[in-house]
Amino acid sequence: MIDTKSIVKVGIADLNIVTAPTTIRTSGLGSCVGVVIYDLPKKVAGLAHIMLPDSNLAKQATFNEFKYADTAIDNMVDKLYECGVRKFALKAKITGGAQMFQFTSSNDMIRIGQRNVEAVLTKLSEHQIPVVASDVGGNCGRTIDFDPNTGELKIRTVSKGEEII
Amino acid sequence: MKMDKLSSIQLDALREIGNIGAGNAATSMSKMINEKIDMHVPNVSIVEFNELMDEIGGADKVIVSILFQIQGEAPGTVYLIFSMEEAEELVRHITLNSNQKLFTDGEPDEFAISALQETGNILAGSYLSALSDFTNINMHPSVPHLSVDMAGAIISVGLLELSQVTDYAIIIDTKIHDTKSKNGINGQFLLLPAPESFTKLFHALGINDYD
Repeated sequence: MIDTKSIVKVGIADLNIVTAPTTIRTSGLGSCVGVVIYDLPKKVAGLAHIMLPDSNLAKQATFNEFKYADTAIDNMVDKLYECGVRKFALKAKITGGAQMFQFTSSNDMIRIGQRNVEAVLTKLSEHQIPVVASDVGGNCGRTIDFDPNTGELKIRTVSKGEEII
Repeated sequence: MKMDKLSSIQLDALREIGNIGAGNAATSMSKMINEKIDMHVPNVSIVEFNELMDEIGGADKVIVSILFQIQGEAPGTVYLIFSMEEAEELVRHITLNSNQKLFTDGEPDEFAISALQETGNILAGSYLSALSDFTNINMHPSVPHLSVDMAGAIISVGLLELSQVTDYAIIIDTKIHDTKSKNGINGQFLLLPAPESFTKLFHALGINDYD
């Protein structure tokens, strides 16, 4: 069973950890950001699909930690350590953070993609995890697949097809 | 109010809202393309964000969507959603050109997009004005924002405000379709009221939040 290639899917405001040969995917990233943190020699990777930059925005007593950049990344790093990754070997790749529509209103939810990306970068540098590749911004949706065996992140968009970073 | 639970009378009220809005929009569409347009009974459901994506056909399904921000006293987002085929069929009816395509050489066809946007404008306008008349709450659509992209990327835009308050969305989902043509012109209205709008809508209809 172990050598059967399978894909773990991560939903919106969700995260998961996989070990090769299993790959991990999240679909339809818009302003949301997909954060992959991995230890390549150990072949372990985590993927979070975050929606909002900061858990201070939460107006709920108990909230889903995976929804916010700060809490999701903290949580994912803890989970990765439980899987035996080494701090010095951790690397990150990030995608998403698009601005899907050009709204004119003064709502603070515009430019949320950019704010998500900034929050993710801040949190990753707090954890001293280098971002080795990124594909962020723009105005299109992305579906991403990460293979912890190769460290390749495959990005699919509607207009530009597939790209690997 | 609690977002994850609605009484049956509240559900009925929201269903009626979907009915009135989409009914009016179906009439407008019918006049536009000169064909009979039917609508399904609205589906009102409380869904987790990922379930919402599944309802549209999955987060990476490519959809043609026209988004309107609802401005006025009860803010929210309304989406008019078509599959690629449905959108193309609709454009063909409106432009009276059976060869009209949505894309030419991978680039969106300006004429088709503009026709679709204008159709969306009329449909969303009649949807919201019916709602507005029924509830006596001032609501009007923003300019149309058209996008051809993955459902997840598009729908999550309407969830951002909501997601600070809850992990669930109350959706009012109504499908319209024509009764005659072979390929069918189907469309889907998805109304995502902002959290604070529910109380206003219920009050306007004489329902209190706590029953």
